[in-house]
Amino acid sequence: MPDGSSLYGPLDPAPDAGWTAAGPRMGFFTDTSVCIGCKACEVACKEWNAVPESGFDLLGMSYDNTGALTANSWRHVAFVEQPVPAGHRTAPFAGNPTGASAGATSAAVAAGTTGTSGTEPGVPPGDADAAARMATAPGGTVGASAGDAAGTGTRFLGMPGAAPPGRHTGVETRTDFRWLMMSDVCKHCTHAACLDVCPTGSLFRTEFGTVVVQEDICNGCGYCISACPYGVIDQRRGDGRAWKCTLCYDRLGAGMTPACAQACPTESIQYGPLDELRERAAQRVATLHDRGVPEARLYGHDPTDGVGGDGAFFLLLDEPEVYGLPPDPVVTTRDLPRMWRRAGLAALAMTAAAVAAFVGGSS
Amino acid sequence: MGLRTFVAGWPVYRQLTGTDPFGRGPAAQSDRSAGLTARTETADRVARSVCPYCAVGCGQRVYVTDGQVTQIEGDPGSPISRGRLCPKGSASRSLVTSPLRQTTVRYRRPYSTEWEDLDLDTALDMITDRILAAREQTWEDVDSDGRPLHRTLGISSLGGATLDNEENYLIKKLFTAMGALQIENQARI
Amino acid sequence: MAEAHPVGFQWVMEAKRRGAKVFHVDPRFTRTSAVADTYLPIRAGTDIALLGGVVRYILDNELDFREYVLAYTNAATIVSEQFADTEDGDGLFSGYDPNTDSYVQTSWQYAGHEQDSGSGHTAKERDGAAGLIHESHGAQVHGQAERDETLQHPRCVYQILRRHFARYTPEMVERVCGIPREKFLELARAWAENSGRDRTGALVYSVGWTQHSVGVQYIRTGAIIQLLLGNMGRPGGGILALRGHASIQGSTDIPTLFNLLPGYLPMPHHADHPTFDDWVDSIRHPGQKGFWGDARAYAASLLKAYWGDAATPENDFCYDHLPRMTGDHGTYQQVLNMIDGKIKGYFLLGQNPAVGSAHGRAQRLGMANLDWLVVRDLFMIESATFWKNGPEVATGEIVPTECRTEVFFLPAASHVEKEGTFTQTQRLLQWREKAVEPPGDARSELWFFYHLGRRLRERLAGSPHRRDRALLDLAWDYPTHGPHDEPSAEAVLREINGYDVSTGRPLSSFTEAKDDGSTAVGCWIYSGVYADGVNQAARRRSRHEQDWVAAEWGWAWPANRRILYNRASADPQGRPWSERKKYVWWDPQAGEWTGHDVPDFERTKPPTYRPPQGASGPAALAGDDPFIMQADGKGWLYAPSGVLDGPLPTHYEPAESPMRNPLYGQQANPTRKVYAHPVNSVNPSPPQEHSQVFPYVFTVSRLTEHHTAGAMSRTVRPLAELQPEMFVEVSPELAAETGLTHLGWAHLISGRAVIEAKVLVTDRLTPLRVDGRIIHQLWLPYHFGYEGLVTGDSANDLFGITLDPNVLIQESKVGTCDVRPGRRPTGPVLRDLVEDYRRRAGIVPGERPPTVTTPVLRPAGRSDDGPREKGADHA
Repeated sequence: MPDGSSLYGPLDPAPDAGWTAAGPRMGFFTDTSVCIGCKACEVACKEWNAVPESGFDLLGMSYDNTGALTANSWRHVAFVEQPVPAGHRTAPFAGNPTGASAGATSAAVAAGTTGTSGTEPGVPPGDADAAARMATAPGGTVGASAGDAAGTGTRFLGMPGAAPPGRHTGVETRTDFRWLMMSDVCKHCTHAACLDVCPTGSLFRTEFGTVVVQEDICNGCGYCISACPYGVIDQRRGDGRAWKCTLCYDRLGAGMTPACAQACPTESIQYGPLDELRERAAQRVATLHDRGVPEARLYGHDPTDGVGGDGAFFLLLDEPEVYGLPPDPVVTTRDLPRMWRRAGLAALAMTAAAVAAFVGGSS
Repeated sequence: MGLRTFVAGWPVYRQLTGTDPFGRGPAAQSDRSAGLTARTETADRVARSVCPYCAVGCGQRVYVTDGQVTQIEGDPGSPISRGRLCPKGSASRSLVTSPLRQTTVRYRRPYSTEWEDLDLDTALDMITDRILAAREQTWEDVDSDGRPLHRTLGISSLGGATLDNEENYLIKKLFTAMGALQIENQARI
Repeated sequence: MAEAHPVGFQWVMEAKRRGAKVFHVDPRFTRTSAVADTYLPIRAGTDIALLGGVVRYILDNELDFREYVLAYTNAATIVSEQFADTEDGDGLFSGYDPNTDSYVQTSWQYAGHEQDSGSGHTAKERDGAAGLIHESHGAQVHGQAERDETLQHPRCVYQILRRHFARYTPEMVERVCGIPREKFLELARAWAENSGRDRTGALVYSVGWTQHSVGVQYIRTGAIIQLLLGNMGRPGGGILALRGHASIQGSTDIPTLFNLLPGYLPMPHHADHPTFDDWVDSIRHPGQKGFWGDARAYAASLLKAYWGDAATPENDFCYDHLPRMTGDHGTYQQVLNMIDGKIKGYFLLGQNPAVGSAHGRAQRLGMANLDWLVVRDLFMIESATFWKNGPEVATGEIVPTECRTEVFFLPAASHVEKEGTFTQTQRLLQWREKAVEPPGDARSELWFFYHLGRRLRERLAGSPHRRDRALLDLAWDYPTHGPHDEPSAEAVLREINGYDVSTGRPLSSFTEAKDDGSTAVGCWIYSGVYADGVNQAARRRSRHEQDWVAAEWGWAWPANRRILYNRASADPQGRPWSERKKYVWWDPQAGEWTGHDVPDFERTKPPTYRPPQGASGPAALAGDDPFIMQADGKGWLYAPSGVLDGPLPTHYEPAESPMRNPLYGQQANPTRKVYAHPVNSVNPSPPQEHSQVFPYVFTVSRLTEHHTAGAMSRTVRPLAELQPEMFVEVSPELAAETGLTHLGWAHLISGRAVIEAKVLVTDRLTPLRVDGRIIHQLWLPYHFGYEGLVTGDSANDLFGITLDPNVLIQESKVGTCDVRPGRRPTGPVLRDLVEDYRRRAGIVPGERPPTVTTPVLRPAGRSDDGPREKGADHA
């Protein structure tokens, strides 16, 4: 029966899993402060690992049309549009108006182009709404500004539902905005619940300390899926087996860099010995703090967290939830020893009772 | 395979006798996993290439096995790209091996509603015929003052920015000799 | 840059890591803006106003790098007293000819040289896209001009510049561009502060910047700033164009363009260049200084490469085999000619005009009216299937059974299935090795054109016709190999490099080119790429094994030089401006120029060299004339000739704008190329009436996930799924105003077309306060079409055809439109909708919009003339 320490708390997972000659634990450090959202990681991963298609769906989640980490997307770039300060940078929209336009007719007045020509400018046929919008009397809005044009030059047609995040109209001018991007991936947890619950030995800990699903072993039972505290691992439709990032196990064996990190144009995804990466990440956070980016923080770097630290950790510029990450992930098998102890005791008690009954009955 | 090897390869045996009593590490490693190699390592050859998309000119290494492109990735030696590629560059293998690529000549007869097949050699002959006819019909030898024009305005061409210098050189040379002046490419678009 | 050139952008991130400040100016907030230090939203089409503001800021505060400006630019040169600025002409310079809508440049010349330099009347140059030739030529100007080193003379370039840009104040920038003045000042301040002796600043643009009716002047304004700040010819400086196709630089150097021959030699004009001598002299301008003085050798060697043994000094190297231009033969004129039935056959070589060119409908209608069309591509592109699947089939404008165009689709070889060189955006040639054989019938262009030429020559053998001589005389014997008789790309590269005709020895430099027929050179600026018989473009010494200039990776033209005009990285005495920015310098001991790069200067010409009286060509360049291709050796703050729409950049509104030009009565570029053709139209702009029918500004550009017209990305599954649908980005404010909903449909209408797209409502688009009004801008990707894995309407269908006068590039980055919620109509009623908009906007088919919109008009050199009314309506 596993003892508590290999299911919870800091440890070096490869030796713990029985690799006697394991090298340093390898991992990813994803620095979202330099991510440009190009998705090279998503494509490079698919190309190397022959990951099948994930569908043609315009999701409307900014530039994210992948949606989530799935069996068919082992890297996923999240895009977050926020009306919040962009840290040390100059506010992108400071001074830009939010008001409605001056409207077609008032624009005509402002441009000095109103005239009688026999045509009716701007009124599309058979469209009452648009006609109303276009033909509304200007009411003397020459040089109309945001404020005074709003009520005169246009007709508000409403914007039902589906308002994207961060919608703030009605204030005089816009202020802050930022666009966050983050390439998400399997965390290769120190305490990997997926691995611990796998009944077939398909999921295993490699000599690099990473967690890999072996496609020749997986029988598609799906236990690992509910076990993952990050919702990363996923079953492939029509195939049934579980699939996720292998940290390019085959490339690592050849001394190569995983495909995503190799492609990443801006070194947002860095690959290397986890100890070195953690050191580098700490320095990066310090640098960013020095440069006036106090919101920079690490995620998944801490060996004392609920999963014993991640093999793939991140530098974020906001709370993890903003990126769709659980704020405080806990390995779902953390309570296993306790549960097993209780279950064991119960079993012993039952056995004892049964034996007693048997003995008693025979006496 | 002897019985001994068979038994030794059996995960439970490994689990019970090795360093991995819980079967989460080496004991769980399958033969396939143990034998994994990067396909770039076993490629027959590697071609040094350049990304075909934008003009940054990122270095690419093209790995070939059994006459098939098996992987295209960044060339770490390149002082331009340092081994990196954008999503398009990273998709280069899918580009060149795309099932949507046309690999046969297609021909649409005038007024037809469908494509037909056509032999490449025949296509070249037909195109040759049409060029010669167009030149004959539209040739301008001299202008109204008798100055040389030596051209046809009956033939146009568009494209070149995705092609090699050597190709553009031959295209320009041949069209110029044909008197075909109206050659353009993406640089104006 | 992060959006369209992500891997190039790694260097920006590298600079940022080391403390550089990154500014990003764009109508929409992009992936570049996301990591920039300061983002400036701008109204599309107003960049000259912004950059003009920077010029004024520099001059007003005397922040120019004075020593550099005095020595290396024409700041001190005195301009003709006949010159009148746009300040006096309400937006027109002196010399405007309203009959041809073009300038006579005489009054723009340096003082005392009005008659012996410049191009004179420029209407013809516009049709020949002469700006592209001048790009490397340096236009004709007299080398010895009067100067005032104190920069006080009222007609010196420096003072003219001050006056010209005086009205480009921060307030005006805000009023025109919609950029708040504080932000503008932040940009101007940072740019100036990070330039000078110890620091340099770079201006980086992608070529959408050029796609304006004032495109060339955009770049000119950038050049003025970079010259004033001393950022040219120095490491970390420059103006860097990020081009969009793998070898688009190569396809202008070795041009598949109508007006150029290899190495920027002009295609001859029937009237101006009847003889070889006329042609050559028009390039080298006898007596003028600079390296174009050797043009006769480049020209003779090109013709020798083309016509081999047949080309002799006696027959002017077969000069009469060259076709002659008579006017505008550009791609848009061609398309209109196709519609008019004047063109028989059309080749498309890896280009997809049905999606990628402005006015897609005109493109498709043109292609539907050919005798034959040859499409060579990897994929079945829209331009090959317009007769079957195009939008005009749905509207009934193209009926397949009535469409006569015979279409040949020939599959092409991909970049890994052939060998050859691409020239990337910094002029670097990189050789690609062939990895695999092309599949099936797929072949390289090299194969296609070599064998096409072979067949044509076989068929014409013995032809008595004069017209066939050029084909029969052609030097067309390239070695072939392999099962398909693939011609040798290396043999072609060797010819491009040039060789000695008698010995076959490859030339090592264009300085070895001769004008007597003893050398053949396919493209003189590429000479040296095959020096010593070695394919220099194939060099791949790892970056880890050489210095940061990396001179042994590939080969850059000219002469493997990585930074052009790098003589300017040293001061007039030849010393580095600073230790930090040391690059190329004069070594007095060795008596030569040396440094990290190949010096862009005659190696042993000392800084103290002064040309003797009457010198010409390279010998006339002084030891401190770094701009060696310019006829006065100087960087041009003021361009007395070569730029057709003015010696200085001037803000004009785009051809389609909802705004009256706040700066001048002249609304739009008065010399822009306009096509009055029934299929073409321009949405009305002030002072015309009814501009409000199209109240919104739209702009288009690229997404990281797709490539140009989509043929190489919408067909590739891992890319297609990343951006699977056509969409339009709008601000929440515009969405509210027009009733658009996130992920709902919208359709956009211009005077040419109506297209539909899914709506993305996003804060990344913002309304702008411009001249007291709120202007809304929409953004669309231009990648979509009706073929491929993912499809959608084409944004470029919305554009009409208006071109820059210098290089005939189309204005396809800004236009006006209306937007309405819901899907567009289908079938013939779709055209009814467009027609209705056209009717309401007062668009008359084939009518030109008014060109001149100011009553002030002074004829050339007659500044005493009073204002003259022109029949244009002025608000």
